[in-house]
Amino acid sequence: MIAKSGSKRWVAAADQAARKAGVRVGMPAAKAQAIFRDLMLVDADPMADATALERIALWALTVYSPIVAVDGLDGIVMDTEGADHLQGGEQPMLERIANRFRGKSLMVRVAIADTWGAAHACARAIRRETVIVPRGETFRAVEKLPLSLLRLPEKIVDDLRMLGFRSIGELANTPRPPLSLRFGPEVGRRLDQMLGHLAEPIEPIRAPEWIEVSRAFAEPIGAAETINKYVGRLIVQLIDELERRGLGVRRADLIVEKVDGTRQAIRAGTAKPARDVAWLTKLFKDRTEQIEPGFGIERLKLVAVIAEPLVSAQYASCLVEEQTPDITPLIDILGNRGLRIFRLAPVASDVPERSVRRIGAAVEPLAETWVSHWRRPVRLLDRPERITVIALMPDHPPRSITWRGKRHQVIRADGPERIFGEWWKRDAEFDAVRDYFLVENEAGERLWIFRSGDGVDPETGDHAWFCHGIFA
Amino acid sequence: MSAARETVLADLRERISALEGGTAWRAGFLPFGVAEIDAVLSGGGLAHGALHEFAGGGSGTVDGAAAALFAAGIAARTNGHIAWCLTRPDLFMPALAQVGLHPDRVVFVEADREEEVLASMEECLSYGGLGAVVGELVRLPMVASRRLQLAAERTGTMAIVVRRWRRQTEANDFGQPTASTTRWRVSVLPSEPLPVEGVGRARWLLELIRSRAGECAEFEVGACDDKGRIHLFPRSLDRQNTASRSRHSA
Repeated sequence: MIAKSGSKRWVAAADQAARKAGVRVGMPAAKAQAIFRDLMLVDADPMADATALERIALWALTVYSPIVAVDGLDGIVMDTEGADHLQGGEQPMLERIANRFRGKSLMVRVAIADTWGAAHACARAIRRETVIVPRGETFRAVEKLPLSLLRLPEKIVDDLRMLGFRSIGELANTPRPPLSLRFGPEVGRRLDQMLGHLAEPIEPIRAPEWIEVSRAFAEPIGAAETINKYVGRLIVQLIDELERRGLGVRRADLIVEKVDGTRQAIRAGTAKPARDVAWLTKLFKDRTEQIEPGFGIERLKLVAVIAEPLVSAQYASCLVEEQTPDITPLIDILGNRGLRIFRLAPVASDVPERSVRRIGAAVEPLAETWVSHWRRPVRLLDRPERITVIALMPDHPPRSITWRGKRHQVIRADGPERIFGEWWKRDAEFDAVRDYFLVENEAGERLWIFRSGDGVDPETGDHAWFCHGIFA
Repeated sequence: MSAARETVLADLRERISALEGGTAWRAGFLPFGVAEIDAVLSGGGLAHGALHEFAGGGSGTVDGAAAALFAAGIAARTNGHIAWCLTRPDLFMPALAQVGLHPDRVVFVEADREEEVLASMEECLSYGGLGAVVGELVRLPMVASRRLQLAAERTGTMAIVVRRWRRQTEANDFGQPTASTTRWRVSVLPSEPLPVEGVGRARWLLELIRSRAGECAEFEVGACDDKGRIHLFPRSLDRQNTASRSRHSA
């Protein structure tokens, strides 16, 4: 990437191969060309970069957190507090973000820290893809990092370097007054923001097409009942607006702006487009207790981040037959608490562990079920457990089995039910065979066991026995 | 004399149940369709707006397989959606489908902690309109069970708790009092003998350990069939009767 400033052309970014060849960011373009012949030069397009970054930020806003903003020229910043549990925690969330970018063959560095400044610095300094700075460890994490990550103007950074400062830690341990006298208040402000002594609210990015209703308060509010009352009114306003446009909300954010300039956001998602006052009210009322009013709330804003067309449908009125009630609101209530809600659906596979898949709880009924006349166990073990058996090969069920250190005499047995490997899925299963038996011991406990292999041909399996399930 | 006494007693019972909330009576009862079992349950079946507790016996205290299938059979005979709240998702759905519980009807709610299971059960119960709410739990404290019972009474939804312990020795916790209307222990018995090699229809020992306003009882039953029904096994086996044999047997 080559950027132009005036008549000077210099390297603005380089990929890994170029860096290996010795090209550095900031070096003149002519010099880079001299280092490596046939170097591919692309003119930088800051405008396109900015639009792409904004698009990424808008996407992240719909997926990860209600408060997202573009950070500098090359990053986005998110306030994920209270939103990470929907992604399964901080670490899984980071990994998922990294995977999403890698899937698009983009390089990404992700960091979570207590403050915007610390996360900014860590994300740009780490070599790994993801990093989480534990709570309260901000200073330890950033003290060794270079000054350039402090988000200060370049001039100040250069001057500080000239004075001998190298790392953020050194600067933070220096008395402030002389620094402010010489460089102005900027240095102290950035340091305080990084270490969390000074709040730095994130001004979230907004798309113009979103439906937004807000309410400002002349007198800051704080009581739980008052908050609930106004949230209820905002929901009614939002629903009116949605109705006018024929939309239903899929995801809504409640943004709370407090007197001290900080923001808190609550997000609620629905499984189907919703335009029902009671439904949305319930979703938000569940969680308004999480709002910390602090010194008071100045402004409440309710935004429909994702809205989808919702046409009114007429219900067939049938007086004779009772209708099964719609449970989507219930699914939403539980889903917004971070629980995993799903239905199970059949998959056309004979291999037991592959015959079930999870589908969304709000998916239309599939009306299909498993077709098998063989009995299936109620509990299927996560992975088959190795057992030792005494059995007559090849076709007879075992006489006795030892599972989890306990010996069971087999009184009755059914089988074998032969299941072949799915060679069209994995080459290793080309010859694989499992022979399933239902065995019952003297107490009446019924287990589902299998032998890998058909008992004759060693190609089909190593004749080891496993317990795979428990019958009722 | 005795007829007069009967009417007075029946009248008193009705008045007491009306005092107790009465919603259970409005929500109705789900009969097992087995006269002997329905006779010992007040109301002639499992009450809809009430909490019922099932546990396994022996190794079933840990895996809870028979208790879960018994619960699935009952849920299959209700109307509407079923919410199944759990922390360990090792339930094998094809088995539940085989007792008549269609996969479209069951919504699973998987939580990380037991308390979340209790909370989501209560939420499902108070939502109303579900056929039954099943929860798999290790502990069921008195307060939690009372909350579930009250939520079930309010909406007339059947609440079922399948108790599953981590170790067999912890199962004596089942003796602790809870607010559930009925408590059952379902233990596996050797299956129905067949004239040929193979495993016949599974049999369970069904122990009614506690029943509010009713007596305890014990039954030997054949496991749920493809409609979720159980049937009583005569203690002396009638080998000629092949009509009731499971279609899965060889």
